[in-house]
Amino acid sequence: MGSQGGFGQSKEFLDLVKSIGEARSKSEEDRIVLHEIETLKRRINEPDIPKRKMKEYIIRLVYIEMLGHDASFGYIHAVKMTHDDSLLLKRTGYLAVTLFLNEDHDLIILIVNTIQKDLKSDNFLVVCAALNACCKLINEETIPAVIQQVVELLGHQKEAVRKKAVMALHSFHQRSSSSVNHLISNFRKKLSDNDPGVMGATLCPLYDLIVIDVNPYKDLVASFVNILKQVAERRLPKTYDYHQTPAPFIQIKLLKIMALLGSGDKKSSEQMYTVIGDIMRKSDTASNIGNAILFECICCISSIQPSPKLLETAADAIAKFLKSDSHNLKYMGIDALGRLIRINPDIAEQHQLAVIDCLEDPDDTLKRKTFELLYKMTKSSNVEVIVDRMIDYMISINDSHYKTETASRCVELAEQFAPSNHWFIQTMNKVFQHAGDLVNPKVAHNLMRLIAEGFGEDDDAADSQLRSSAVESYLKIVDDPKLPSAFLQVICWVLGEYGTADGKYSASYISGKLCDVAEAHSSDDIIRAYAVTALMKVYCFEKAAGRKTSLLPECQSLLEELSASHSSDLQQRAYEFRAILDLDANAVENIMPLDASCEDIEIDKSLPFLDNYVHKSLEQGAEPYIPENERSGTLNISNIINRNPYEHPAHSLRFEAYEVPKPVVPTKLTPAVTYPTDLVPVPEPSYQPTLSSGPISDAGSGSGSGSTELRLRLDGVQKKWGKPAYSSAAASSTSTIDSQRTTDNGATQSDNVTSKSREPRQPHVEVSEEKQKLAASLFGGRTARPERKQSGSAAGHSKVSRTTNHVEDKAQPTTVATAVQPPPPDLLDLGESSGAVSSYSSSVDPFKQLEGLLDLSQDGHAVTTTSTGPDLMSLYSGASTNGQNQNQNQNLNPLINEKDNMNGAPNPSNRTASLTKGPSLKDALDKDALVRQMGVNPTSQNPNLFSDLLG
Amino acid sequence: MIRAVIVINDQGKPRLVKFYDYQPVEKQQEIIRNVYGVLCSRAENVSNFVQDSTFGPDTRLVYKTFATLFFIVIFDDSENELAILDLMQVFVETLDKCFGNVCELDIVFNFNKVHTILDEIILGGQVVEMSSSEVVKALDDITRLQKNPNSIVRVPKSISGWQGR
Repeated sequence: MGSQGGFGQSKEFLDLVKSIGEARSKSEEDRIVLHEIETLKRRINEPDIPKRKMKEYIIRLVYIEMLGHDASFGYIHAVKMTHDDSLLLKRTGYLAVTLFLNEDHDLIILIVNTIQKDLKSDNFLVVCAALNACCKLINEETIPAVIQQVVELLGHQKEAVRKKAVMALHSFHQRSSSSVNHLISNFRKKLSDNDPGVMGATLCPLYDLIVIDVNPYKDLVASFVNILKQVAERRLPKTYDYHQTPAPFIQIKLLKIMALLGSGDKKSSEQMYTVIGDIMRKSDTASNIGNAILFECICCISSIQPSPKLLETAADAIAKFLKSDSHNLKYMGIDALGRLIRINPDIAEQHQLAVIDCLEDPDDTLKRKTFELLYKMTKSSNVEVIVDRMIDYMISINDSHYKTETASRCVELAEQFAPSNHWFIQTMNKVFQHAGDLVNPKVAHNLMRLIAEGFGEDDDAADSQLRSSAVESYLKIVDDPKLPSAFLQVICWVLGEYGTADGKYSASYISGKLCDVAEAHSSDDIIRAYAVTALMKVYCFEKAAGRKTSLLPECQSLLEELSASHSSDLQQRAYEFRAILDLDANAVENIMPLDASCEDIEIDKSLPFLDNYVHKSLEQGAEPYIPENERSGTLNISNIINRNPYEHPAHSLRFEAYEVPKPVVPTKLTPAVTYPTDLVPVPEPSYQPTLSSGPISDAGSGSGSGSTELRLRLDGVQKKWGKPAYSSAAASSTSTIDSQRTTDNGATQSDNVTSKSREPRQPHVEVSEEKQKLAASLFGGRTARPERKQSGSAAGHSKVSRTTNHVEDKAQPTTVATAVQPPPPDLLDLGESSGAVSSYSSSVDPFKQLEGLLDLSQDGHAVTTTSTGPDLMSLYSGASTNGQNQNQNQNLNPLINEKDNMNGAPNPSNRTASLTKGPSLKDALDKDALVRQMGVNPTSQNPNLFSDLLG
Repeated sequence: MIRAVIVINDQGKPRLVKFYDYQPVEKQQEIIRNVYGVLCSRAENVSNFVQDSTFGPDTRLVYKTFATLFFIVIFDDSENELAILDLMQVFVETLDKCFGNVCELDIVFNFNKVHTILDEIILGGQVVEMSSSEVVKALDDITRLQKNPNSIVRVPKSISGWQGR
């Protein structure tokens, strides 16, 4: 039937589509399209084009623009077409303009008039077309032109018009809430529209409004609950059903709205409990849409005031999601779990293995979602495992956006929960090594500060231990040529500051490394600046300590090179260093005090100690100082003086180098600047005299503090690495040890705890040992473990016994013949254990060992042995991984049977459609024939062009 | 809200592109290229969801493959992934009802009609209709009135012929 109408387009268009389809390269395609554009440009401007022809041109224009080419030359014709009386042409025109134009385009003004006219049309389809256009094309300025009519259309007799009018008003509200604020009450009114479709549409704007402010809509809670109840009870006409689910989008929107309204509001929440419970009970977990609603219920439950009963139902639903075979449902399960653990953190524990499965899943989306979940449930007890995993994942991905996010999450978790400073340094090293250029530069400065200040406690031993472990680890990796710049800066700073502090490494060794860094990164001025300042510090500390100091030859040559550098900053640093070389130890110690970065320096920006001097000078007739940025480019001084200095601050000179050169290095740098001004030609000496005229030490500390101001203003800075994290370190470190030892630990534990009946299942335990280990370290302390295991094995047994008995019943009358047949799905457990038997080799007979517990006859045994044929093995091998998890989960999950059901019925809604109608070969052939008749051969490249989408 | 509905074929050629906030043509092409790149790298038998940062941190992308075509919907956190998946099913089922065993070629040649169908289902980025038979009915009305603006009698004619001559 589809073919007899043809494709409704001319041969030219078909040819265009075909030739583009056959284009072998992008450039060939571009050539064809450019040719088409030329043709259209010529033709579209010809006089007296028949309207039908024009319509086709416009469609071709839309097509061209969809392929990414500019079709703006034809926009005006699309606009003209909206004026046409014929509905077909008008709709084509509207379609084209909504695709071509944005709401701020100049041509819009030409359409507004047409829209106004069309909104008044008798023909409701014209009105609908105009309302469609309104949603896309009306901007803040043009809203007043149409708003009156749109509001009137809210009362139109056709529900399709009312629905579209609501949506148009909604889009106006999105564009400019101020211009429709007085009309918001209309949305409330339309909530009680006779037509459920209109009511459903009204929920969209109401949802947006409630997101902005909940309070004005609290009175609607009862109405929303009532509507949802009616929908769930199937009071709506059948036409709103989708796969036997009544009006799913309305239900979902309502649940979202209720989640917002019930959040932190006990009274409202209590009204919702019943209806949510009802919906969850009734929901059809076999269909996609049923699960969508179920998921929305969970979101709602986790957002409103918690109800223990509903939480329990939600937890059950999550269990089903996580155990499903469908990745989509697993994803939703992880998402839902992430929401629910905010209320009840314990819930994650029962799903630990499912979560770990998701973490190892090949599906990247699922993995990311799982990492998000882990991020939410990180505690000091599991931070090591989680951050390690996150870093591994971060290294493996390429998407820089997500890499950045993961890196900053790692940093955040490490700062918050670090169990030991060694671990912290190692973790930060890894993050910086792999994503150093992606993380926020602040993180680098934070790290330096943490190393300098330690835990913020007065534990000097721990602090110096932290520093030396940092120095040690940095020396190990500093030769890596691929280190990111931000990380090298940290390394240089730390080596300069603390490299020689513990006496483990000699000054010349550290200096050599720093010279290497400067050498290897000769194009990066910032790193070189950090390196040379670090060298200076190392030298100063040595000298101040009274040790014999000599400059390494490579250091000497580096200084020479930098003295001639194009960067004035580097040059300055080099000269400062040289100046220091000539000073005696006492002076050096004053300039470069040890550990100076930790000193709290009071800063008085107004430099009051100079006031006297300034006064005196002014009295003697000196010109008052004009701040740099007040001085305009003009050199006419009198001009400047006459001007109000606060009026027009114009930039003429850049002073960034003095204000904030690099947040860290300058501490040591500035004293050197002030001291040797007379000796060394420092760049921009012009305003130096003011400082140098004061007493040296004063000026030194004053300006030094000025330059460090950015870094050292510590008040108000959040100390994330404070006591709580530290105090928890002890607990977590024991758990680390625990997890490290788990291989034997787990084994002994199970030996102790489990009875002999557990032994046959031993192989599975071993297979998933690693997972269990991971689970244990992720989800909690060991105290809970033995208990769980015990109950787990008990549960496992009852299960095994049940299923085996079941087999026995069947097997006895019909003997082996039935047993060889592939077992029905609910025998999964038995199959899995028999698979294990064979892998265990025949030396141990598991069923013998079970005899005490199970009433298993010889027949049952026969069944298993016969069934260990190769094909059965292969059949089980697929199931066995599942089965294992199942076994592990049994204890945690009383709903095991549901899981089987879920496995058995994968997502039918997706398939129903394709099952109900197969591809019709005849139709495809008809279409093919038609296209050939029209002279278009289907492209050889894409023979599937005719394949039935639903087939 | 739904930000975009895109249909591309397995070679990355766009077949239907609808953005609910305006995007300049170059940006549209960039998005399509990125999406195609992401979809190509997806393994089989994984979820239909992709975290997507095209339109900000919270946008997600749901895709579904029908024969040679990827149907893609990009949306923010006010929608439900599973429900959107079913919405795509509705869209394709509707196309199927209108074209009769819909195939890629139908969509290429009749994309204006496909747009009309889409506009009945999603308006201004919000889902307004979930029933394919209702959409077909609405299209029927449009077709009839387009062909014969004064017709009162319902013409019993197949829908797919509505554009042909």
